[in-house]
Amino acid sequence: METETTQVAGVCVDAGGYALGMPQLCADWMPNQIFWLVITLIAIFFVLSRIALPRIGAVLAERSGTITNDIAAAEDFKNKAAAAEAAYEQALADARTEAQAIIAKAKAEIQAELDVELAKADAAIAAKTAESEAAIAEIRDNSVKNITAVAKDTAKELVLAMGGSADAKTITAAVNARMKG
Amino acid sequence: MAIEEQSGTGLVFHPLDQFIVKPAFGDGVVNWYTITNVTVWMGITLLCIFALFVLGSRGRAIIPSRTQSVVEMLYGFIYKMIEDISGKDATRYFPYVMTLFLFILFANYLALIPMSYSPTSMIAVTATLGFGAFIAITILGFVKNGMSFLSLFWVSAAPLALRPVIALIEIISYFVRPVSLSIRLVGNIAAGHVVLKVFAGFAAVTLASPAAVLGIVAIYGLEVLVAGIQAYVFTILICVYLKDALHPHH
Repeated sequence: METETTQVAGVCVDAGGYALGMPQLCADWMPNQIFWLVITLIAIFFVLSRIALPRIGAVLAERSGTITNDIAAAEDFKNKAAAAEAAYEQALADARTEAQAIIAKAKAEIQAELDVELAKADAAIAAKTAESEAAIAEIRDNSVKNITAVAKDTAKELVLAMGGSADAKTITAAVNARMKG
Repeated sequence: MAIEEQSGTGLVFHPLDQFIVKPAFGDGVVNWYTITNVTVWMGITLLCIFALFVLGSRGRAIIPSRTQSVVEMLYGFIYKMIEDISGKDATRYFPYVMTLFLFILFANYLALIPMSYSPTSMIAVTATLGFGAFIAITILGFVKNGMSFLSLFWVSAAPLALRPVIALIEIISYFVRPVSLSIRLVGNIAAGHVVLKVFAGFAAVTLASPAAVLGIVAIYGLEVLVAGIQAYVFTILICVYLKDALHPHH
């Protein structure tokens, strides 16, 4: 039985079916390995080059394309956001400027009104003052006149009471001289 | 797993028996066209690559599934390797490099399944890979650059007197490339499997078995690294040689 196997297996195995020397170096077996290796390599090559590698290459290219597109889109959105922010800032600045202008205008208006009112009030005050001054002057004039009259009368009476006599003209001149002094 | 023979002289291991090529169906002579265990495991390699790369990417999703992420990662890994090492114009040879890388990677990892067969532990296989790539790259170098491809060996940066000597060394090192490529791969993978088998043989001995099982675990872990690293090293060297073929001027 074993002998039969040995007979058909060739010179590289012994009667027990064990290897004689290194099976790697058995020349009888080499053509078989080389033949099937070449067949296998050709098959692998065709599987890879016809089906697998183009498919994987396409998937990788598609993915990198998608990623590039997505990054570009993200960049776009970022720019848009920046633009929106700039517009917002601009609007805010405009609003501030406008507010400042409105405040300045309001202030100016108020100031103008105030000035008018002040002028009016000043005029009224001035008028009142002038009136009062006139009244005071009149009162003073009156009182001076009265005092003069009273002084003349008193002086005349005094002169009469002292037993002198004096005409009105002299007394008036004397009183006036005194009043000036 | 370990084929051993309990005879009068004690334990006899046959760690190399795992590499025997035999017909997958029935007995018979191994002809060049016979479907053997090598064929079966190369076929499984092909099926796994097909399953991962064709079925795994069939969703064509922009947001990838888990499997598709793995496929894309492998794709990007090798694509970037070629782009970085061999240059932008070398990316048209990407499918060829990818074929080599995936075959070696999957064959290496599938060989770590117990009872499996490792095609990359056979010198005929790795030498076909190594010499095939070497011859293809050399032809490519002459086609792309004509006779100026030979300037690869004439280092213009070196002093004139030294150039013939350097050229000789460069030529020797150039022709050693495919040998080192194939021996490195076959040596790493075959040696790992032989060591695993020897440990497995000792595991049958009661006294040694705990240590042997621990040893298997440790070596297996190492082999998991080696399987990936050897595929990576093979591919990166192919990229370096491709760069020399496309841009031979120093």
